[in-house]
Amino acid sequence: MSKEFLLTLTWLAPFPPIIAFMLIALFTNKRRSLTTLIAVGGMLLTTVFSFIVFFNVAGDHKLGEAPLRSQFAWLPTGDTTFNVGVAVDPLSALFLFMVPLAATLIFIYSTSYMENDPRYTRFMAYLSLFAGSMMGLVVSDNLLSLFIFWELMGFCSYSLIGFFYFKPSAYKAAVKAFMTTRVGDMFLIMGMVYLYSQTGTLNFYDTMRNEEVLHHLAATPAIIPGMTAAALIGLFIFGGTVGKSAQFPLHVWLPDAMEGPTPVSAMIHAATMVSAGIFMALRFFPLYESAAHVGDTTAFTIIGWIGAITALLGALIAVGQYDIKRVLAYSTISQLGFMVAAIGIGGYVAAAFHLLTHAFFKALLFLGSGSVIHGVEHGHHHLHAHGHDDHASSHDSHNAGHGHDDHAANDHGHTEFDPQDMRNMGGLWSRMPVTFITFTIGGLALMGAPFITAGFWSKDEILGHAYHGMTHGNPLSTVVFWTLCVAAVLTAFYTARQIFMTFAGEPRSEAAAHATENPAAMTFPLVVLAFFALTVGYMNIPEDFEFAYIKFGAIANGFGIDHWLGHFVGGMLPVAEATLPFNSVPVVFSVCIFLLGGFLGLWFYGLKPLKAGETDPVENLGAIFTALNNRLYFDELYRKLIINRLQRFADYYSNNVDKGFIDVFLHAAYAILSDIAEVFRWFDKNIVTGISNLIGDVFRRVGREGRELQTGQVQNYLLSALIAAVVMMVFFLVFQ
Amino acid sequence: MIFPILSLIMLAPVIGAVIILFIPKDRNDAIKTVAAASAMVSMLLSLLVVFAYNRAQGGFQFTEKASWIPSLGVSYYVAVDGFSAPLLLLNGIVLFCAVLVTWNLTDRAREFFAFLLMLAAGVFGAFMSLDLFLFLIFYELVLFPVYVLVAGWGSGPREYAAMKLTIYLFLGSLASILGLLVIYYASGRSFSFDDMQRGVAAVKDTVALQRTWFLPIFIGFGVLASIWPLHNWSPDGYASAPTAVSMLHGGVLKATGAYAALRFGVQIMPEGAKYWLPVVAFLCLANVIYAGSVAFRQKDLKYIIGFASVAHLGLVLLGICALNVYGLNGAGIELFAGGVMTGLMFSLVGIIYERSHERDFSKLNGLVKVMPLAAVGFVIGSLTAMGMPGFSGFPAEMQIFMGLWSASQTNSLMFAGQLNWWLAVIAIVGVLTILITATWTLRIGRQMFFTDASTPEWQQLPPLTGIEKVAIILPCIVCIGVGILPNSVMNIIEIGVQAMVKSIGG
Repeated sequence: MSKEFLLTLTWLAPFPPIIAFMLIALFTNKRRSLTTLIAVGGMLLTTVFSFIVFFNVAGDHKLGEAPLRSQFAWLPTGDTTFNVGVAVDPLSALFLFMVPLAATLIFIYSTSYMENDPRYTRFMAYLSLFAGSMMGLVVSDNLLSLFIFWELMGFCSYSLIGFFYFKPSAYKAAVKAFMTTRVGDMFLIMGMVYLYSQTGTLNFYDTMRNEEVLHHLAATPAIIPGMTAAALIGLFIFGGTVGKSAQFPLHVWLPDAMEGPTPVSAMIHAATMVSAGIFMALRFFPLYESAAHVGDTTAFTIIGWIGAITALLGALIAVGQYDIKRVLAYSTISQLGFMVAAIGIGGYVAAAFHLLTHAFFKALLFLGSGSVIHGVEHGHHHLHAHGHDDHASSHDSHNAGHGHDDHAANDHGHTEFDPQDMRNMGGLWSRMPVTFITFTIGGLALMGAPFITAGFWSKDEILGHAYHGMTHGNPLSTVVFWTLCVAAVLTAFYTARQIFMTFAGEPRSEAAAHATENPAAMTFPLVVLAFFALTVGYMNIPEDFEFAYIKFGAIANGFGIDHWLGHFVGGMLPVAEATLPFNSVPVVFSVCIFLLGGFLGLWFYGLKPLKAGETDPVENLGAIFTALNNRLYFDELYRKLIINRLQRFADYYSNNVDKGFIDVFLHAAYAILSDIAEVFRWFDKNIVTGISNLIGDVFRRVGREGRELQTGQVQNYLLSALIAAVVMMVFFLVFQ
Repeated sequence: MIFPILSLIMLAPVIGAVIILFIPKDRNDAIKTVAAASAMVSMLLSLLVVFAYNRAQGGFQFTEKASWIPSLGVSYYVAVDGFSAPLLLLNGIVLFCAVLVTWNLTDRAREFFAFLLMLAAGVFGAFMSLDLFLFLIFYELVLFPVYVLVAGWGSGPREYAAMKLTIYLFLGSLASILGLLVIYYASGRSFSFDDMQRGVAAVKDTVALQRTWFLPIFIGFGVLASIWPLHNWSPDGYASAPTAVSMLHGGVLKATGAYAALRFGVQIMPEGAKYWLPVVAFLCLANVIYAGSVAFRQKDLKYIIGFASVAHLGLVLLGICALNVYGLNGAGIELFAGGVMTGLMFSLVGIIYERSHERDFSKLNGLVKVMPLAAVGFVIGSLTAMGMPGFSGFPAEMQIFMGLWSASQTNSLMFAGQLNWWLAVIAIVGVLTILITATWTLRIGRQMFFTDASTPEWQQLPPLTGIEKVAIILPCIVCIGVGILPNSVMNIIEIGVQAMVKSIGG
């Protein structure tokens, strides 16, 4: 198909969901089925557009050198103009495949999951805008429009996380997400400003794909001594990634974000928000690289460390959680840390690859957990309805929606049944078979089950990259390699723990015992995602890894897409990333990691599943468990160190400086001036009046009236002003 | 003779005020209709000016010049350039909305609207005057109605507030006038803007003269733009002022201060500006950060918006401090769109206060059910204030920070022979504003509108009237319109800014 046609489709791709948002918000907010049609239809249309573009460019290995581009002038400023445009290059093409696919499945799932919520239409509207913004971000050819969609997503996530706005916890989570990501955005804005002032453009191709500009940036010293402008700009922009992709130390918002309905979590954790952060860091990868070329590795070092710390931190905390969604949330943080660490050690393709596979299996896990919660909740209501001999009320309380747990539970006198707590589950494998199988597939992908799952290949690629760096004397790679190995063992362990706690053994609550499988609209997306969670890795199996390549790469080879990803996405880099020689050591590591973590999980949770009332084995860790369970006290720390201090600062200024110092000064000056005025008044009363007495009644009356007026505040003020004016005039004249 | 459109814009409210004084005082509807009609005439004519301004030609247009007091070099000289034309429109929009929001006023309506229109006429005059003498007349003319309106129709400690406000602004203008008089005598005794600009440049010891007198003039006008630490009149004043006055004062009159500081401070004394502004930037930064932080710990709604307007002007002044195209572009958009946003916020707070008589926002709740459009307006205003892309605050703030950053990298601005790298630091710290603003807007917006309706009393409040809805929708359109298509105002502001930067040799 012609370039123009593909570009037109790219221009159009973000619009159907955005238009769907408007239509729903303005016209169909009372009509559920029509809303479903518009929302899902809009998303499907976007998927069709995106897929046409993707499949037309996927075979083009030269796309990296000659991306499709089109733009128009948006904001003229100074001698240049901000142009806004779209571009299709390998990186965005990859996202054109992943984002609409995952989003469409999440939409279909939502139509069933949110079916009974009273504000279903509003939910679908926000979800559409969310997806549309992500599409816009993906096709943007410049940082400015990327930022616009970036912030739009921030707003959508705020609205969706706080969707149950009457729940204080949901509202707090929404604000936390919005504000924390905004901290990152501040850095991003500075990065934009800095980049623009250095290059005069924010277009990716005129900056990141332009050797001359990169050389210039790498050669310019930054305002911080010892750093190049390239590294500092890169780090500022990376600040945005830290916020959006929930990296340490701004990771605190993501676990709370699960206060939103589960499909939102799936959107945030897979298709949109957090992927956007990594996406942008990948966009600016050439910047870090060009700085490193001239010997300034500050950016790479900081990014690598942040990624490694986040990966370990997230995996550790996930071990100590009971909430099924919270475990997944921390696992997302940890996996994003893997990607960021990969960027830090220069593994561009590895990071993109893991981003792709992670999106599929994490969407699967979140939707699966939603299915579990839905099933358990259903069991809970079912049980409850029997107690009241009134079956109709079961459906009503169910109508109240899923996030309304607290409400629903409190309204009906049930205290604190938490359908998301894994301690209340168990034995669901036979009750929810489709969910069980698909969730397990997703879990295996997250654990990195060797050869058969996508997660294995992408994680292995990162480890392989780190191993290569380590053996070639890069200390950062050494840190990253060992940290990620530990994090990966923990990942395998907590995932096994989660799967066994949720599905194995006998139910540990009545609700779990009455749980039932969900309708097809919810299970169908799970099956599709499970397929991709298994297969998407085959398109990037190292060619010289003969054993696996023959077994699995051959499948991909059958479609002509073997090692497609590496060649395709690798074309993004100005200097082609050297294909690493295959090394079996990291593969052995990857396999051992899976076996070790999986074995630990099996030993503690699989062989004799937890029974009702039993203590979770990890609680034997004592104080360590308490710390992990409390998320290593990050929230408390931030509250104490930053938020309370800021509030005190503001209070201090408002009370002491504004009301205190400035006003006291002002009032003192006023008091002095009015004392002076008092002297005048005395003068007026005793001398002027006395004289006027002499002169006559008329003048005396004038004098008296004047005196009376002068006791008023207004006169005092004006008089003070006059005196001050004279003083100032004298001052200025002398000064002159 | 060309059609005197600028004079008409300025005279329409004056004529309105005169007509109002002849209407019997019990005929409230007639009074308001006349007020709204004259405001609308001004608004539409200023819209016409913005559209008809010849962008290809640039420079000052719609010029009307007539000699007035030749012996002193005073003339009636009005004209607009790309920078000031949108400000006329700003005043027109805010005035019109202010009249609509005050539609329910019955207490001495005749006097109120007459004073309000006089105030607006003064602001129109100040924006279009290119004769310094004329400008100062308009500038001082504004202070009087403000005093009367706050002291006469305000709430709370209104006399204290009115007096504080008046004295601050009076002293500020005094400092400016003194400085400008010195410049007037030194530069050849003409009050005309072009003559002064040329005259100052021709003075033998021009750099020393400019460096000496720039600061009192800039800071003097800066008082009206509530420059820190001379901002104190503003929150007190706005907390006590009637809604319409807060709107005009916070949205437009403050803009007059910043505009005057730019036109008669920076443009006439570019050398002084280059010397002092990098230092003044610290004060403006204090505006942004300090006032924003104070806003987020206040409970009184009107105080919050008052402090917010201090922060908003801080951004404008920061843009001016950058002294380059980006910064001034940003300042121009922030003046126009931010002014409309401030007006919107004040009108919403006024509408809510007028119904509930509750100024502590933490006591309000669930208002979205009673007045959904007010909630929408507040959200749009908040998003604009926090610089969210897609709303007018973003192109403004973005360019302001860009301007500061660029200024820190070039040699055109030097302080004491040093490259002022600290402007970059100021930009970095200043960006905190997007966080601070988001904090307080989210907090009060949520509390007022989106909490459980736990106070039944608030659910009985009367819904918005059609007239109030117009006053909310109009500024919302501006906020979103400029946000999505910033070029709609940028293409005119830019022309003014380019000429300014050229004339100051930046």
